[in-house]
Formats: sequence, structure tokens, C-alpha cells
Amino acid sequence: MPVEAEEAIAPEAVLDVLEAEAIHVLREVAGAFRRPVLLYSIGKDSSVLLHLAIKAFAPGPVPFPVLHIDTKWKFREMIDFRDATARRLGIDLRVHTNEDGRAEGVTPFTHGSHEYTRIMKTVALRQALDAAGFDAAIGGARRDEERSRAKERMFSLREPGHRWEPRKQRPEFWRSANTELAEGQTMRVFPLSNWTELDVWRYIKREAIPVVPLYFAKPRPVVERDGALIMVDDDRYPLHEGERPEERLVRFRTLGCYPLTAAVESKAETLDELIDEMRADRRSERAGRLIDGEGGKSMESKKTEGYF
Amino acid sequence: MTLVDAAPLRAGHRPVSVLRLIACGSVDDGKSTLIGRLLAETGSVPDDQLDYARRTRRGGSTVPVGEVDYSLLTDGLEAEHEQGITIDVAYRHLDLPSGRRVIIADAPGHEQYTRNMAVATSTADVALLLVDATKGIRAQTRRHLAVCALMGVRTVIAAVNKLDARGYDHVLYEELAGGVRSAAARFDVEDVEVIPVSALGGDNVITGSAKMPWYHGPTVLGALSAWRPPEHEPADDGGFRLPVQYIVRADDFRGFAGTVVGGSLRPGDPVVVAGSGAASTIATVRGPDGPVDRADPDMPATVTLADEIDVRRGDLLTTPPATSGDLEPATAFSAHLVWTADEPLAHGRSYLLLAGPLTVPAVVTTIRGKLDVNSGEQLAARTLGINDIGTVELTTNSPVSLDRYATSRDTGSFLLVDRVSKDTVAAGMVRHPLRRGTNIVPHDYAVDRAARSRLKGQRSRVLWLTGLPGAGKSTIADALERRLHSMGLHTYVLDGDNVRSGLNKDLGFTPEDRAENVRRVAETARLLLDAGLIVVVALVSPFRSDRMVAKSLFDAGDFLECWVDTPAEVCAERDPKGLYAKAKAGKIPNMTGVGQGYEEPEQPDLVVNGAGSLEDTVAELVSKLV
Ligand SMILES: Nc1nc2c(ncn2[C@@H]2O[C@H](COP(=O)(O)OP(=O)(O)O)[C@@H](O)[C@H]2O)c(=O)[nH]1
Repeated sequence: MPVEAEEAIAPEAVLDVLEAEAIHVLREVAGAFRRPVLLYSIGKDSSVLLHLAIKAFAPGPVPFPVLHIDTKWKFREMIDFRDATARRLGIDLRVHTNEDGRAEGVTPFTHGSHEYTRIMKTVALRQALDAAGFDAAIGGARRDEERSRAKERMFSLREPGHRWEPRKQRPEFWRSANTELAEGQTMRVFPLSNWTELDVWRYIKREAIPVVPLYFAKPRPVVERDGALIMVDDDRYPLHEGERPEERLVRFRTLGCYPLTAAVESKAETLDELIDEMRADRRSERAGRLIDGEGGKSMESKKTEGYF
Repeated sequence: MTLVDAAPLRAGHRPVSVLRLIACGSVDDGKSTLIGRLLAETGSVPDDQLDYARRTRRGGSTVPVGEVDYSLLTDGLEAEHEQGITIDVAYRHLDLPSGRRVIIADAPGHEQYTRNMAVATSTADVALLLVDATKGIRAQTRRHLAVCALMGVRTVIAAVNKLDARGYDHVLYEELAGGVRSAAARFDVEDVEVIPVSALGGDNVITGSAKMPWYHGPTVLGALSAWRPPEHEPADDGGFRLPVQYIVRADDFRGFAGTVVGGSLRPGDPVVVAGSGAASTIATVRGPDGPVDRADPDMPATVTLADEIDVRRGDLLTTPPATSGDLEPATAFSAHLVWTADEPLAHGRSYLLLAGPLTVPAVVTTIRGKLDVNSGEQLAARTLGINDIGTVELTTNSPVSLDRYATSRDTGSFLLVDRVSKDTVAAGMVRHPLRRGTNIVPHDYAVDRAARSRLKGQRSRVLWLTGLPGAGKSTIADALERRLHSMGLHTYVLDGDNVRSGLNKDLGFTPEDRAENVRRVAETARLLLDAGLIVVVALVSPFRSDRMVAKSLFDAGDFLECWVDTPAEVCAERDPKGLYAKAKAGKIPNMTGVGQGYEEPEQPDLVVNGAGSLEDTVAELVSKLV
């Protein structure tokens, strides 16, 4: 093998390859499926996905709608950002909430985080996909998020009822995808599979993609629960007797429902500081998500139920 | 070497900022330990996972608690193992000090090993091959090399591992290195680096080893950093390849979007649609950030053309003339198949062939043999089962333009998909085209079906009776034909048993033979339809997909699928040919309804009750036919 002097490779070049791969997948979805939809969680990965979709089809419009599953427990800043983004980009944003769950009074406090997530996110997503007859749902999941995701397909097949059936998953060769669906089957597609968390932030910086300000450090009112810092975003949060939220300089690594998303103490107020901090802080990204830990439930079993 | 024809050349254009690596080794060769160490020492593992690998111990581990057991870092999939979930291929990332990203594909499966390795190698530039020094070179090593070569991996980094357990023996290393090189040479893999390592001790993984002063080559990390794609000759015509994925429309913009998979394209370049031959000139090229003056391989591009020509998703835009060389459209190909489905290949059954964004029906017409991955020999084969690698010939319903796999992994590869289940049943690599579509120009005869039908004063059609043995298909066909004949109409009956005594007497009753039986009967019915006749087919035809294929040969309205729906008990009781009795006695293993299932039609054009009045049935069918 030819051994040559090592030459430095710019991170840009890696981003170009990842971008090309994601655009290829997005175009394939738009070309092959009848009714695709982009799942928009308002987080950094979704923001990147949306940006890539705009690039993939320019100068034409993004040829599919964007769907947000609103549990009604998202950070308020997330909802503001979502609506501003939809206006800014002129995209077809659809919002769905599981109204049955709401009517039954399902909250993270009354039903436990796992059951709450199942009803307000998993079931809600199924409702929304079924109602519109979407046959392909694009999501922003990455293989580096958790060790068990390393084996995830880019095109993940769901059986009728959105069941994830390990035995039915298709082998993925080259850059070809088998996008054919049998009766009742649907597809979940993950164009960012090969991106790392750092890639996402570098790309956000390079492309100047707006993200929710919650990712940056700011004094925010938090309480401590089981070692996790929870931001008290509104007066629905049940405080213990005599407990008062205290202002701390915090930011969020991932965004979800505010009572279930732990903040990290941080001084990173800008993208550059955030990227530097990320390089130094070496914990898994999902360490800040409370639902992953509960009851020993693996990501796997949640996925079998249809959690994204 | 006969089995591998050549290796992809286009890979040479890939950007080297990302290196795709396949890791292969047998269980316990130390693959997890080696990958774990590469990940950890390049800073690719979060601290909490390192902590886990310090605290946790699995049976057999000799690593003291408190130190990192590197084999646990790639693990995380144990839970799935226990739940019986098969892991096919796991992907992990690391960044080399140079900034190069390495994407490692790890195929740990045992049962589905060939299939999973084929998946992982399909995109790989380099293979990292583990050889356990305490065990030597085994059949597995040759098998890994065979699959790498077949799928076009041109560079192998072989890590001779566990040398610590053999006293860092230089002679042993030289012996194994020679063995790896000669095994690789058998499969025409020339770019081989053999590195003596101890994954456990970290010798020659990231840094060199004082314990092996006799070794002067690169470490594993060094070899990955130094890798350059092999030099390749350009494709036959040196042209670009842009498979069209999507058509972008905006105000007065009509652009064809896809990923450039070979060559470069620029505004002003002449362009032709492979297949149709429609030609134009590239007007503009857009990259991800807007207009560009050139698009290179692996780049997303959207092109507009100077002329309004017909271009659809699945078309291949290329440099003219696309009528020479491999891109000349053909309807028959020789190819290697890696069979990936539990259900074996059915000779004569129609599958969907997916080549990038293009989809066409295709039939495997001949199985030339299958590869014995351990010996590298070609064996005779009647069918292909899961994990088999076969050499086959296949024909497509319409002409397609495919490269040889040796020219391009993208435009020289395809998937075969089952028409009903939609499962991917095989991955295919084109060896070469066999029959040029342009050589067969159907002759248009002046006397055609319409003329023949007119003369007979009837509309020709095919009525396909399907149902269990004993359902009454032959009885109905006979009564129906007599009635039509008495009405002065021209008819013909193709009866399963009668056809099997002549045209199909070489066929048995396995699913493959049944598929071929149905195909021949359907083609015959098509000829008779063209002759202007009303054709009644009486054939068990138990498999849905076979009937779908039959139907797909005809225009809508010309073919009526009629299900003779008779309860199974009634059929068994009637048993006009004594078949049920024999099957029960175990004398007919593949009897439909006993040993093999009958797949009921989901949307038949007609359903008749085979246990009802024959007269009513015939009257109903006549009303549908005339
Ligand atoms: N002596 C020695 N043992 C090793 C070395 N690498 C791995 N092993 C041991 O071999 C066994 C299997 O290793 P593992 O990495 O799990 O193998 P895998 O099945 O190929 O992933 C473990 O007990 C390791 O500790 C090595 O370089 N030297």
C-alpha cells in the first residue's frame, strides 16, 4: 500500500461528505415514496435536517410537510422557535397532539416518564402518521447517540401498526435503498445516521443555521431532582414544600419535554464556546435524558413500540 | 482466479476525507478489543462508557477490574443478543489525528455472516482483517478475503493479533504474513499490509512496540492514516454518470437532481439519456450551495438542460455516445448474486430489479453455479439459498443501461426484491451484459391480433382458473369450452396436467418448477391470445407471486384471474385423481393443500363456487367473456 506523508484533512471535507450522503437520502425519499413527512422535534438535529431538505430541493420547494408532535410540555422557547422557523422558511408545518391523552390528564408527574412518553409521543406520532397516510417519516436520529443505535439502518422498515420487526429489516447495500413497501408497511428514514454530535454543531456553525437559544448558557431557574437540574419553565411544575427554583448558569445538550430534560452547568454562550466545551466534556449525549434511564427500558424496547 | 472478475475502479474518485472500513474476524480473534482500543485512544468514546468498561467484566475476561476492557466498548449490543435480536452490521466512527473520519462497519453475525459481510463490504474502501496468532490462518480468513474481493474491497490491513501470547515471535509473524499474502493473491487482492499487534497490550495499534523491534512497518492507526485510494483506469468511455433521483420544479426551472457517481460534469457538456438516447447539452449545474461550474463524483448535483427532452426518475444522464460500451441498453446480464432472503431463489420467478432509482421486473433465467467461499471453487447449483453467492444470468422486462461492477459500484450494482413481500432477496453485481436490447427488434406483422380476432368475430381473452386440486377447474374449463364452441367461438384450453405431459414434462413440483410451469403456460396463453383465441387456463398455480407475474404479461382486461373457491374438505373428498389419498400416504411430498400451501387470490377478477351448480358457473363465465 502506498505510504505517504499524512496530510491534514479539514473538518469541512468530512462535513461535505456527510452532507452529500444526507441529501442523497432525502432525494431518494422524495422520489420513491408517495407521502413522505419530515419529523421535526425543534432540536438541533431537526434544524440540520430541515436545512438539508431546503438545500436538496432548491430552487424548488421542500416537497413534503413537516410534522411536530407537541406533548404540550415542551419548553416555551421551543414552541416560539418552531413557529418563527415555519414563518421564516415558509414550510408546511403540521402540529399534532394526542388529545385523548390530554383529556385523560396524562402528564410526566401523574403517569411516570415512560408511560407519559409512550402516550404523548409514541402513540401521538402513530396517530398523526396514520391520519395523514404518511408512508415515510424522516427523522434526525444518529448512530452515535447511544451504543445500541450503532446497528440502526438508514431505512428502517415498520410493519403494519408501526411495529419494528428486527427480522424484517432489510440489508443495506451501497447507496441503494429498497424503498418498496408491502401493504401496510411504512418506512422511517434517518439521513443523519453517520453524523456525530460534533459534526452537527460544526455544520450548524458553518451553515449559520438558527437553533433554539436553550442550547446556550444563560441564568435559568432550576431545581435539583435526583442529581439532575430541571428548569422550571412554567407554574405547572410541582415544587416540594418550601422549594424555590434558583438561578444557575445552564444550557441543554438535548431538548425535549422540560420536566424530563436535564440541564448542564455551562458557560458556553456562543457556538464557538459550545464546540470547545463539547470537545472537552466527554459524556454521552443522552446522559441528560431522563426517560432513557427509567425502569431499565432499553431504547430497543421503546423502538419496538414505535418510539422514534 | 475465476470467481472475481475485477474490482470497482471508480472508488478512486472518492474523497479521502472519509474512509469506510470493514472489520472482519472470527469470534474471539480480538476484533472487539482492537476496535475498542482504536476508538478509545482516538478519543471517540465518551467517559461514561469508558467507566462502564472499567467496572464491568464479562466471563473469560483477563483484564483486571479498574482497567479498561476494550472489548466492552463496542459491545452495548449484549442486551440485544440476550433478547434474541440479531445484529447485522454495527457502524462506529472515529477521527484520525489527520482529521480523516473512519466509519467502521462491524458485522458480528454468525448465521448470516456472508450476507452481513457483503453489506459491510459493499461500501468499504479498506478491510481490517484479524488473524489470531495462536490459531493461525483458518478457512474463515479465506472466506473473508473472498467476500472482500467479490464486493470490490481493494486494500486489506491484516492485524496478526495476540502475538503477546506467542512471545512476540518474529518467525511466526513472517509465516502468518506470508500466508495472508498468498491467500489474498488468490483473490487478486494485491494491496495488503500485515501488522503484528497485541490488541490487549496496545502494541502497534496506535503507537509502535518496543517488544517487536524487528518490525518497521506502520501501526494500524498509521496504515489507516496513510491509505490512498488505488489508482484506477477510467471507465470505457470516461463519461460521467448522474442517475436521476428527483425532478426539481420551480417557476421556469426544471432540474434533474441526483448524486454524481462517476466522472465530472460541467455546464456546456453534451449529455444523453442512456437508453432512450435523447440528447442535449447541460445548461446549468447546481451543487448544495447554488450554481457551480463543475460537479465531481459523490457530489449532489441538479442540472438543467438546454433542450426539453424526456427525463424521468431512474434515467441515467451520461456523456454521449451511451450507445457504445457497457451503457448500451441490454435485456440480459451475467451477474453475481449474494442471496439475502430465507426463501430460496425461484428459477423463472419474476422479481423487481432496483438499480439506483430505477425499477424494472427481472427474471433469473440460469444459475451458472455458486461459490464455495472456503475453497474459492465454483459449485454446481440448482437454486440459491440465504448466504449463497451465485453466478447467474438474468433478463429484464425492458432494456436497462448498467455498467459492469468493475467499472462502478453504483451503476454496476442492483437489488432484487420480492414482488409480494417486498423483501430484498439479493444484491447483484453486473459481470457483463449478454444481450443488447437493440439486437432484438420485434418484427411488426401486418396481420395482428385485432385482424385475427375480427376474422373470428370475437374478442380474444385469457381466463385463468386457479384453485386447489379437485376444486373443479378442469370440469369447469371443459363445460365452458363446450358452451363457447357451440356458440361458434374459437377457443383453446391449457390444462395443467395436459401441459405437463408435453411442453412442461421436464418440470417437477418444487416451488421453482411451479414458477417455471406457470411462466411457460402464461407465455403460451399470450401466443394464443395473439392468435385471436379465447383461452381458458386450468392450473392449480398455488403461488400469488407466480400468478401476478402471469398477469403482468397481459394488458388490463385481457386477463381474468378466476378463483375456483371450493372448500378443501370437498376437494379431498372428491379426489378425482386419487391425489389426496396418495399425498396422505406420504407419496406426494409437494401436493398443494397437503404438503404445500395454496395462497388464495387477494383480489381475483372473478370468484366462482366450485361446489355450486356447474350450469350457473358456466353461464356466469360466458357472460363475462362475451
Ligand atoms: N493475549 C491476548 N489476548 C487477546 C488479545 N486481543 C484480544 N484478546 C482476548 O481474546 C478474547 C476475545 O477478544 P474479543 O476482542 O472479545 O474478540 P472478538 O470476538 O473478535 O471481538 C478476550 O478474552 C480478549 O481479552 C491480544 O492481543 N492478546
